[in-house]
Amino acid sequence: MPTAETVATRASPGAQTALPFSTETLLDLYARMSRIRLVEERLAQVQSEGELPGPVHLYIGQEAIAVGVCAHLDDADWIASTHRGHGHFLAKSGETKKLVAEVYGRATGVCGGKGGSMHVADVSKGILGANGIVGGGIGLATGAALTAKTRGNGAVSVGFFGDGAANQGVLMEALNIATLWKLPLVLVCENNGFSEFSPSETVTAGEIWRRGTPFGIPSRAVDGNDIVAVYEAAGEAIGRARRGEGPSLLEMRTYRLRGHVEAEKTFLSKSYRTDEEVEARRTAEPLARVRALLREAGVDDAALAGVEARERAEVDAAFEYAANSPWPEVDTAFQHMFA
Amino acid sequence: MAKKRMVQAINEGIAEEMERDPSIVLFGEDVHISPIGDTKFLIDRFGAARVLNTPISETVMTGMAVGAAATGLRVICHLFYGNFIYTGFDAIANQAAKLRYMLGGQVKLPILFMAMIGGGRSVAAQHSDSMHPLLANLGGLNIVMPSSPGDAKGLIKAALRCDSPTFFLQAAGRGGEAGEVPDEDYVLPLGRAAELRRGDAVTIVAIGSMVKPAQRACDELAKLGIAATLIDPRTVVPMDYDTILASVACTGRLVIVDEARKSCSVASEISATVAERAFHTLKAPIRRVAVEDVAIPYSPVLEKAVLPDPARIVAAVQSIVQREGVAQHA
Repeated sequence: MPTAETVATRASPGAQTALPFSTETLLDLYARMSRIRLVEERLAQVQSEGELPGPVHLYIGQEAIAVGVCAHLDDADWIASTHRGHGHFLAKSGETKKLVAEVYGRATGVCGGKGGSMHVADVSKGILGANGIVGGGIGLATGAALTAKTRGNGAVSVGFFGDGAANQGVLMEALNIATLWKLPLVLVCENNGFSEFSPSETVTAGEIWRRGTPFGIPSRAVDGNDIVAVYEAAGEAIGRARRGEGPSLLEMRTYRLRGHVEAEKTFLSKSYRTDEEVEARRTAEPLARVRALLREAGVDDAALAGVEARERAEVDAAFEYAANSPWPEVDTAFQHMFA
Repeated sequence: MAKKRMVQAINEGIAEEMERDPSIVLFGEDVHISPIGDTKFLIDRFGAARVLNTPISETVMTGMAVGAAATGLRVICHLFYGNFIYTGFDAIANQAAKLRYMLGGQVKLPILFMAMIGGGRSVAAQHSDSMHPLLANLGGLNIVMPSSPGDAKGLIKAALRCDSPTFFLQAAGRGGEAGEVPDEDYVLPLGRAAELRRGDAVTIVAIGSMVKPAQRACDELAKLGIAATLIDPRTVVPMDYDTILASVACTGRLVIVDEARKSCSVASEISATVAERAFHTLKAPIRRVAVEDVAIPYSPVLEKAVLPDPARIVAAVQSIVQREGVAQHA
């Protein structure tokens, strides 16, 4: 487990906290996190009802990371994401209805129904996409950082990956080349405790953030369920990258509250964690913590309910849009292999 | 027009395009030194920001090529030996070949992957493969296989103006071969075969490195009174089937020479396509001259035994030309 000095948390959780941003910003971050949560919960529901053509890997419990990191990015910056990528898409201003329609496999989806859940991308917003290959986004993010460096336009590239992907060799290669070339790259590992169906400690030696230290780049572990800690750590790393000071590695410690993939209990021969463990970890989930912070900051329950209602309306509309969207024209199956 | 070596022609093509298009970056292992000569002195001309020497890290190089191309650069990713395509294969197969498709056409991926392929120099099995069939089967990659310096220049310039991932596979050990290379801005279309000889007895399609032994075979066949048409497809993807089918319609006989292993080779694919689309024009069975399904051995005696050569091409032609009539080929 992390030591106190390696995991960035605010000094005294529970005490009145000096926020690094305004209450309005915190409300904004909360709104975005809520949207992700609501989309994922609804996807879990429609998946169980057989409404979705394919599998979904949900981001529930990890929302603070995508939102806290992407709060520092704009459309000119790039992200590459993972198979658990809906949260990153939404956090970087991807449109909710286009995401949901894509997961539904409809013509109106952001990829025209050709990619689905594991490939939601909106290049016009700097989202290179979720990725079906564990670690696949690391190379793409490194390439986007090379573009930013070559162009010298101050853009930053963020590569999100999981603790499972930390065991792919591409991470070492990317750390090496990004350090050598001083690329504006921030590698964000979301350690959610599970590498698919294996507890992380059974497949991962040592601490992931320490894998950056031999390269001499800033590397740290962060409480990934704490929006403020994520925001601050990401801001520092992204700021460095933007100033041309090179890459950083952040290990965001979080917990995957859903399975690796929805409906996994229907095919798994054994369980890899207990329900009690999940419930125990739920107490530290990020949305509840943001709500507590907002209350501390004097935001009343009515204001919180207002944010939730607004987001719920947006999400409801997105699902209705998706479910009522047409299927893609069959001809499109034969398009887009070549430019 | 001047006589130039293959690597000079490639180098000239890259340099002209890098001059023309400032978005081109080139990276790869030792590209600043260029042990095979094709990227020689480019770093002096274009600087270290556009010509980047990489660590030996094919996994991230290929992924980086896709990420950089998707975000606006035009990338030359030099992989040196073709067999190193395998160490970088994940991003080639899972990203480069399908990212545009998966994203519903949102991105263009202007990537030129360069590598030298094939055997003949006693470097053994891990440096001698011809993996163009493997790449062709992915569906989203252009594959260029030049057989002469002139074509190499025209094709690499075309590849550097193409917005899809393209493999430029040069025949290993042939960089010193000289040929006429146009001085002007010479760009060949991708997907147009060259008919190098015309004869009415048989159509020989030879791919990449196999064009040269096929030319020698044509000389031998001519002495035997057999006039062959020789077609160099120049690009394996896209494949110029119109030219091949038109020739087979005239000759009625087809021999395909491919340095890949025979099973699932490009020779097999051409054979299947001609059989499907033009069976009625064939007067004899199609013959494939390829590597049997073995790895490429080290010893020159063994290597010679597995690689297609003029004698095997001549024998394949003779097996379908000297005897007339379908029944005799059963």
